[in-house]
Amino acid sequence: MKSKILMSIIVIIFSIVKLQAQDKYITRTGHVRFYSDTPMEKIDANNNEAGSILNIVTGDINVVLLNKSFKFDRALMEEHFNENYMESSKYPKSSFKGKISDLKSIDFKKNGKYTVKIEGTLSVHGKDKQVTSDATFEVDGTKISASTKFTVTPEDFNIAIPSLVKDKIAKMLEVTADMKYEPTKK
Amino acid sequence: MKYGLLTFIALCLMMSKISFAQDADSLLLNSLVDEPTTYSSATFKSTRVINGQSVQNMKANQLDFRIEHRFGPLSGGAYQLWGLDQSNVFFGLDYGITDRIEVGVGRSTYEKTYNGFTKIIILQQSKGKKNMPVTMSAYIGTDIFTLQWPDPTQTNYFSSRVTYIYQLLVARKFNESFSFQISPTVIHENMVQYAIQSNDHFSVGLGGRYKLSKRVSFNAEYFYQIHTNLPGITYNPNSLSVGFDIETGGHVFQLMFTNSQNMFERGFINETTGTWQNKNISFGFNISRVFSFTKK
Repeated sequence: MKSKILMSIIVIIFSIVKLQAQDKYITRTGHVRFYSDTPMEKIDANNNEAGSILNIVTGDINVVLLNKSFKFDRALMEEHFNENYMESSKYPKSSFKGKISDLKSIDFKKNGKYTVKIEGTLSVHGKDKQVTSDATFEVDGTKISASTKFTVTPEDFNIAIPSLVKDKIAKMLEVTADMKYEPTKK
Repeated sequence: MKYGLLTFIALCLMMSKISFAQDADSLLLNSLVDEPTTYSSATFKSTRVINGQSVQNMKANQLDFRIEHRFGPLSGGAYQLWGLDQSNVFFGLDYGITDRIEVGVGRSTYEKTYNGFTKIIILQQSKGKKNMPVTMSAYIGTDIFTLQWPDPTQTNYFSSRVTYIYQLLVARKFNESFSFQISPTVIHENMVQYAIQSNDHFSVGLGGRYKLSKRVSFNAEYFYQIHTNLPGITYNPNSLSVGFDIETGGHVFQLMFTNSQNMFERGFINETTGTWQNKNISFGFNISRVFSFTKK
C-alpha cells in the first residue's frame, strides 16, 4: 500500500518535471533593434545577444538584454548612447515581460505561421511602459520563431534628448524583435 | 489519515516544484545575458586630460581633428587684453588604427614644432570574470622643432632638433563621476641648454576629472618635474592647469586656465615659463572634432 502511494507520488513528480521541460523554449541570441530616421541622422542599433524564454503552455514571454550589447555603426554614437542617453552603468539591462493574448490561436504542434497579439511591460532606463503589438509566430517542428515591431518614444523612458541634438533623433523609435526559440534541453 | 498526509505531501511537492520552476525561470533568464567581464569605458571625455595625454584612445577608424589654443598670460593686463592679443596654436590629427592603437601628428607655433606619436592601450580596466583595476597605456612620441638656427655659421645638426617622449599613462575610473591618472614621463632631448645637464628629463603627471553632469566635467592636471639640483641651472616652473570639458555630440570643448603656453610634452612639461603666483595664467581651449570612417 505504502509503496503504491510512494510510486504514484514519484510518477506525479516526474510528470510535472517532464511537462515543464516541454513548456519552455529559450534563445540566447535574440535580435532586438531600434531605429531612428531623421534627415540629419540615421540611428540603427542592433543587439544580437538578447535572452528570452517562451512558455507555450501559459503564453508567457520574457526578454532580457544588456544595453551595452547594442552595437552601432559609429563607436562614438555607441559611447554617447551608453554614457549620456541610456546611462548603461545605472541601468545595465532592459527587459520585456509579457504574454501572448490569444494563445489558443497558435497550434504549437502544427507547422505554420500564426499572427497574434502580444502585450506586456517594457522596462527601459528605470521606467515601465505597457506595450501591445502584433507578432508573427512561425512553428517549424521543435523550432519556434517569433517577430514583432512596435514604436516607442525616448520620453516614455525618461531618456532626455538635449535641444542641441533633437533634430538628430526621431520622435518615434521603431523597435523590432526577432527570436528563434529552441526547446530547453533537460 | 496516512493517505491524507501523503496526498498533502505530494501536493506540497507539486506546488514547490512549480514555484521553484518560476524562480529558476528568472535565474535562467538572467543567466542568458549576464556578461562575465564588464570593461570600463569613457574614463575621460577626450584623448587629453588638459595638456597631457589621457588613457582615452580614438576607437578603430575614428579620426580626431584637434585645434588647441593658448592665449597670453593674464598678467599682461588691459593693454594686452589680458593675454587675448597673443596666441599659441596647435593643430593635430589623432587616428585610431584599432581600438587599442592610436597614432597622431601635430604642429605647434612654439618653435614651429612638428610632433608625431603612437599611444597603445596595454591594460583595460575591467570588473567581473577578469579584474583589472586600471587602464594603462604607453605613449611614445617625437617632436622636432623647425625654427631656424640662430647662428647659421655654426655646425648645426638636424638631430639636435629632435626630442623623444616616453610616457606610461595609468588611470582608474573610480566611479561614474571621478577618474584619476598618473603619467610618469621621460623626455629625452638630443640637445639641452647646459652642458652639465642630462639629456633625460623625468617628470610625473597627475591628472583627474570630476563629472559635473552627463556632458560637463571639471579637469585638473599637474606635472611635477624631477630634477637633481645642479649649480647654475634655473629650472622652469611646473605646469598646472584647471579646466572644464564640455561634450556636445561630435565635439569636445576643453576650456582651461594654465601657466603653460605650449601644447606638446616638451613644451609644457619642461618649458613652461610662467607661474600661477605671478599671474602668468593663460586662458586656453582645445577643440576636438571626431570623424568616423567605418566601412559599411
